[in-house]
Amino acid sequence: MDTFTAIVLATLGAGTPLVFAALGELITEKSGVLNLGVEGMMLVGAVCGFAVAADSGSIWLGVLTAVAAGAAMALVFAVLTLTFQANQVASGLALTIFGIGLSAFIGLGYTSVALDGMDPVRIPVLSDIPVVGPLLFGLDPLMYLSFALFGAVTWFLYRSKAGLLLRGIGEAPDSAHAIGYPVIRIRYLAVLFGGAMAGLGGAYLALVYTPLWVEEMTAGRGWIALALVVFSTWRPGRVMLGAYLFGGVTILQFHVQGLGIDLPSQLLSMLPYLATIFVLVLISRDINTIRLNAPASIGQAFHPSN
Amino acid sequence: MRFRRRPTRLRRRIRRRDYECLRGAYGKRCTLALAPPGRFAWLLSVMENGVGGMTNQNDPQVVGVAPRLELQDITKIYPAVVANDGVNLQVLPGEIHAVLGENGAGKSTLMKIIYGVTKADRGTVSWNGQEVEIANPAQARRLGIGMVFQHFSLFETLTVVQNIALAVEEPFDLDGLARRIVEVSERYGLPLDPRRLVHSLSVGERQRVEIVRCLLQDPKLLIMDEPTSVLTPQAVRKLFETLNRLSSEGCSILYISHKLEEIRELCHKATVMRGGKVTGEADPRQETASSLARMMIGRELPVCQHAPAPEGGEPRLVIAGLSRTSDDPFGTDLKDIRLTVHGGEIVGIAGISGNGQQELLAALSGEQPLDPHQTYEIHVNGESVGNLDPAARRSLGLGFVPEERLGRGAVPAMSLADNALLTAHRAGMVKLGLVAGAQVRAFADRCIETFDVRCGGHEAVAKSLSGGNLQKFIVGRELLQSPSVMIAAQPTWGVDVGAATTIRQALIDLRNRGVAVLVISEELEELFEICDRIAVIAEGRLSPTKVTAETNQEEIGLWMSGMFPGVEDEPLPDRQELIDAH
Ligand SMILES: Nc1ncnc2c1ncn2[C@@H]1O[C@H](COP(=O)(O)OP(=O)(O)OP(=O)(O)O)[C@@H](O)[C@H]1O
Ligand SMILES: [Mg+2]
Repeated sequence: MDTFTAIVLATLGAGTPLVFAALGELITEKSGVLNLGVEGMMLVGAVCGFAVAADSGSIWLGVLTAVAAGAAMALVFAVLTLTFQANQVASGLALTIFGIGLSAFIGLGYTSVALDGMDPVRIPVLSDIPVVGPLLFGLDPLMYLSFALFGAVTWFLYRSKAGLLLRGIGEAPDSAHAIGYPVIRIRYLAVLFGGAMAGLGGAYLALVYTPLWVEEMTAGRGWIALALVVFSTWRPGRVMLGAYLFGGVTILQFHVQGLGIDLPSQLLSMLPYLATIFVLVLISRDINTIRLNAPASIGQAFHPSN
Repeated sequence: MRFRRRPTRLRRRIRRRDYECLRGAYGKRCTLALAPPGRFAWLLSVMENGVGGMTNQNDPQVVGVAPRLELQDITKIYPAVVANDGVNLQVLPGEIHAVLGENGAGKSTLMKIIYGVTKADRGTVSWNGQEVEIANPAQARRLGIGMVFQHFSLFETLTVVQNIALAVEEPFDLDGLARRIVEVSERYGLPLDPRRLVHSLSVGERQRVEIVRCLLQDPKLLIMDEPTSVLTPQAVRKLFETLNRLSSEGCSILYISHKLEEIRELCHKATVMRGGKVTGEADPRQETASSLARMMIGRELPVCQHAPAPEGGEPRLVIAGLSRTSDDPFGTDLKDIRLTVHGGEIVGIAGISGNGQQELLAALSGEQPLDPHQTYEIHVNGESVGNLDPAARRSLGLGFVPEERLGRGAVPAMSLADNALLTAHRAGMVKLGLVAGAQVRAFADRCIETFDVRCGGHEAVAKSLSGGNLQKFIVGRELLQSPSVMIAAQPTWGVDVGAATTIRQALIDLRNRGVAVLVISEELEELFEICDRIAVIAEGRLSPTKVTAETNQEEIGLWMSGMFPGVEDEPLPDRQELIDAH
């Protein structure tokens, strides 16, 4: 495997957790709910997935558990904000703090365990083609899943009636209610989906990307996922772009550090975060696109009866 | 606008087909107008389909049919007001039933209860003779109830066709639906471009979307809450044909409007509400507009008092050749607009909505200031203000009533006092950066009192007010700041006849005190009632002004289609002179 293929593979790997978390949050926010708990949901997903995989020996059982754990965290948030109309920003922050603590607690016994990780698919013959082979046919299954998820989310938002409705609810929940749609129920589903995907993103980190558990191993990726959604003006294509940009710069700065360039490593570690936000802000600064794509009711509570 | 009394489709149809049969049924001298309208539909359905076509033929209690909708003892109590107080109402199949009443009488609340948006505290709703509980709009729609809201319920970032697709139950096919919308909306006389984004539409166009969306749902009971408040007379006429056809097909219609002539022309029956109670019923076709108004407000309709216009006012608002290309690809470009409004006169701008009114208003209010090199194209009190923001223009004495009351005129979730503060803070309500709460409240109270705003006091949030009452409050807030130039867009939109007279009178009083008043409205009658001079805007061009007494609605109506003489004869104020004067 040549260096180029290795770098691209590593980039995809570093971007994939963000793709999951950000696409999930995108759907949540498109419904008009701002869930700032992504970091917490990712961490809980990661540790639960890791623990189950380590105990049962089945990595797939771990992945499923992570998805369920993320969704369970989101459910707490949904009950607070949608049923009891609590403030979304405060509840989301609380969820993150709760998630950090909870994951550290659950992970106590697992810090020194190592897993095998997930094997790439490796379609025979095809994956042996130089360069293209490993990139197209030799990725791990969850990466393929993330591509499929991207396709599904894009299709859902822009081609399906349900997606249209979701966008409508995010903009004007009162109107959606007035033409007969169950706003709260749909928002519940959107929040749960966001949680499940954050959990999956966490699972990718702890089971595939670096198959071990370290406290707070997400290292702010949940926050970057949130930023990706906003700075990509709520469009899935740009979310992907941002995620891989983040992944790419992360990998590059490792290489730069490896070359022994005389820059403080802390500065280099900042680079992916800065570069991603800078680029996304730059390409999405058109006020009209923002106005058209931003869910206008985001963060506001909705009361169906009055 | 004026409507000719023409036989409705329904009556024509009956006349054509089976007039003899009806005469037999009702006796020789019976005129059709005397036959209860509900029976029309029933008879018609029997005539067309035989007895099998009758709805609910087994119901013995009514001759033929049970009421489509029956309300009993509906009561809704809000913290500050009893919005509905023991309301009983019956709507028969095929009946067009008007609900009349002053602003805040509780009409919209009652409709929202029927549609399941609001929950009644007491009372029962029956549908085709069966008691039902309508807990949410979804349930109402399943029963076959459709509603056109007073304050639109559209999605602004979606296109027209997407908005409609969400409301109709059919396979998701946007292209097919778009074609159908074009076709159907033409037929209804409410032409729509399905690809446009709703936020770029004027309120008149949005109203069309709202109506077409509802009609496409094929409802059995259609609730229309002020559907024609910003429609043109032509569109209204076409809409009435459609409604009459629906009614003859058995669809019941609940119709709310403050335009009494419309109700007389369209409706079979009217229920009058006041203070949340039903205070009377009438056959609107037997009443005159003034007798209906009397039933509504409980006294004679006041008339506007005109005084001759004060002579020789100075130019206070000058638009000197304003041209501007719209940012919005679907917007209207303004082309060389020239207009001078003097102190002590009311100038009206008529025109069909979507012809540049929005753009002109945005330029005049300062919401979208002009480019710096265009500064001299708008003058207020001799100052060139083209590139100033709204706050600076207001400080120069400009008062402004925008077209949209919720969102532009008032912040829906803020109290009336806070909303008053938003524009009236210049009148000594802020001292050393601190808000003088007592003065704000006193000012809000003065608006509420002077314009008879029915609400729960100055602490009521703006969106809890009925549409007309909020409009009165916004107009009051602007008028009471004693502006020297007043610009009002659709000042009486959704305001009841009594209150409309109050607002118009207030504008006339303002002009008598030497203020320059510009009114932009789609209601020709209103313009003719209060304006000293009238101009027309069409496709972004402004016609020359005409002295109201020297023109008539026919001429202005013709001008509205864009056929008017050039404006060159309107003298362009000398730019240098204006600069020097300052
Ligand atoms: N959500 C609410 N909270 C508090 N009060 C309300 C609310 N909705 C309506 N009201 C009050 O109920 C009364 C009736 O309002 P409603 O909107 O039914 O009047 P309306 O007859 O439709 O008037 P208009 O002709 O001006 O539209 C008003 O006094 C209004 O202030
Ligand atoms: Mg109303």
